[in-house]
Amino acid sequence: MFKKVLIANRGEIAVRVIRACREMGIASVAVYSDVDRASLHVRKADEAYPIGPAPATESYLRIDKILDVARCSGAEAIHPGYGFLSENSKFARACATAGIKFIGPSPASMELMGSKTRARQEMEKAGVPFVPGTSRGLQSQEEAAEIAESIGYPVMLKAAAGGGGKGMRMVRAREDLRSALEAAQSEAQRSFGDDEVYIEKAIINPRHIEMQVLADEHGNTVWLGERECSVQRRHQKVLEEAPSAIVDADMRRRMGEVAVKVAQAARYANAGTVEFLVDQQMNFYFLEMNTRLQVEHPVTELITGLDLVHLQIRIANGEELPFAQDEVTIRGHAIECRIYAEDPDNNYFPSPGKITLLLAPSGPGIRRDSGMYEGWTVPLDYDPLLAKLIGYGTSREQAMMRLQRALYEYFVAGIKTNISLFRRILQDPDFHAARVDTGYLDRLLGQQSKTDVDHDSGQTIAAIAAGLFTMLQPISTAGRPGHQTPAVASNWKQKGRTEAMH
Amino acid sequence: MVYDVTVDGVRRRLELEGADGHWTCRLDGQYIFVDAILTRPDVLSLLIDGRSFEIKREQTATDLHLWVGSRRFAVELHDPRSLRSRRDGAGDEHGPRKLVAPMPGKVVRVLVEENSQVETGQGIVVVEAMKMQNEIKSPKKGVVQKILAVQGTNVNSGDVLAIVE
Repeated sequence: MFKKVLIANRGEIAVRVIRACREMGIASVAVYSDVDRASLHVRKADEAYPIGPAPATESYLRIDKILDVARCSGAEAIHPGYGFLSENSKFARACATAGIKFIGPSPASMELMGSKTRARQEMEKAGVPFVPGTSRGLQSQEEAAEIAESIGYPVMLKAAAGGGGKGMRMVRAREDLRSALEAAQSEAQRSFGDDEVYIEKAIINPRHIEMQVLADEHGNTVWLGERECSVQRRHQKVLEEAPSAIVDADMRRRMGEVAVKVAQAARYANAGTVEFLVDQQMNFYFLEMNTRLQVEHPVTELITGLDLVHLQIRIANGEELPFAQDEVTIRGHAIECRIYAEDPDNNYFPSPGKITLLLAPSGPGIRRDSGMYEGWTVPLDYDPLLAKLIGYGTSREQAMMRLQRALYEYFVAGIKTNISLFRRILQDPDFHAARVDTGYLDRLLGQQSKTDVDHDSGQTIAAIAAGLFTMLQPISTAGRPGHQTPAVASNWKQKGRTEAMH
Repeated sequence: MVYDVTVDGVRRRLELEGADGHWTCRLDGQYIFVDAILTRPDVLSLLIDGRSFEIKREQTATDLHLWVGSRRFAVELHDPRSLRSRRDGAGDEHGPRKLVAPMPGKVVRVLVEENSQVETGQGIVVVEAMKMQNEIKSPKKGVVQKILAVQGTNVNSGDVLAIVE
């Protein structure tokens, strides 16, 4: 087994991987940018080294610096987490050249899945179901019109090199096709330097369901069940659950077998995720494969009882999968909330800053993977994901109740978080009935939220508490209009606040 | 102690008297008996007629919020005997208003010039944080007296970006 592993990431995922290392008796090496010196992953690791200024391009994305740290510290392997360099085949190749094991798939597998049209061609050969359409770039307007006619409108035009909705156009009728194709091609050219565009049948209000796979380097590949990821805001996942309420055992097995086929066709090793679109008739179509550990991996861990990071490290160490497909059992239900530093009252704008108070939930069925702590200043330079709160129960109902209870206990002050959004989702009748698709959350947020019934009694309590706080724990209010306290606050606090105002 | 407390815009008169955690509150003339302890900084435990409440206090650069359970209330507190508070509490619509950064970030654009006329809600400065741009808007209609924000510099939460008169 490796004696030392470097974690080329930050935040909650770096903490997650460091914990796995400690559990396995492996020393961990953290890297950090200038603004992350006080971050939790630095404190939790056995060793930590600086890799540059705050911008990720000058630190967490610097292959040379990270490999230097690996060499100097004697790390034998690198776990990339998610984001940053996790799906960068150049990084995986550079690790191999440096004689350091990359904990993930081979560069060739990553490159194959990185190109949507190439992946599609390979997967079609393997007999993987696709949304009807072309697997290669459109050559002409005539070809586009012909294919659109044969698969039926509405159709979707997509950039081959695409991502994030760029170079994507929905076409509802024949007469709109020409201008949409031109627009998609020029946008693809501008965004990706490649104007290759292909065509697919548009699926209206699909579900986004993905299948976890795990493959060792000896040709054994298993699936570990699906995750329902349809609750999204602006194509960003917000809440995930496993299993999906609409997937039965037969559909799960069929999806799992397709996912294994996808992984094998890509000669895939380590943990990966095969994403599917599911239409209203429960047909599922291959979308893409994510060649890394997912943010939402804990829900799969809870329902399978497996530790995916342990297994990733064992696989990278050359071990065979310690179980076969028929030994994988799915038990209970898990739901994950992604706690972001963003303001629900201000259009979900990011909200970095200092965490002045943090009350964290615990208790039965609650798992919290967090990268924050009280007193920490959330830097403004990175993704706003702070923590993941996961509820587990024997049934979906129990998992929901536990999460609601935990969200009631969860309190973060000093910065804004989206915790209140999850309270709202978990009280929503459509969510309870599992009537979710990728348009669900936008519809929910478009409705007026219900006002609390006991608002008046809350106001009375707040008024009394305001006075009592002032008596029991006076705070300095220098420079803040409309507020005055009679007692003296500590000097440094006063000074700090005064300085903050100028 | 006597306070004028404004909760979500509703002003109330609160009188507090007590010792050893037991308080007699008179809120707008109504008596309420409260058992109160500060369990840790910014977290208060109240027992009222056997009902238990956990209250959290959050102070930002611009606001004071109290959370009763998971409900948030905007609170202002005045000591009615204090001259200063009377002056501060008077409506800020008249006179200069400060435009403060609601979060730390980088000033990416200044949208108006000094001495220009602005409307309530008009964007004055754009601050970027976590790859998102946030327009900081004028709190009132008036004239931009001073712009302190400098394009390309970092600001902290509570920093004054501009003053609108």
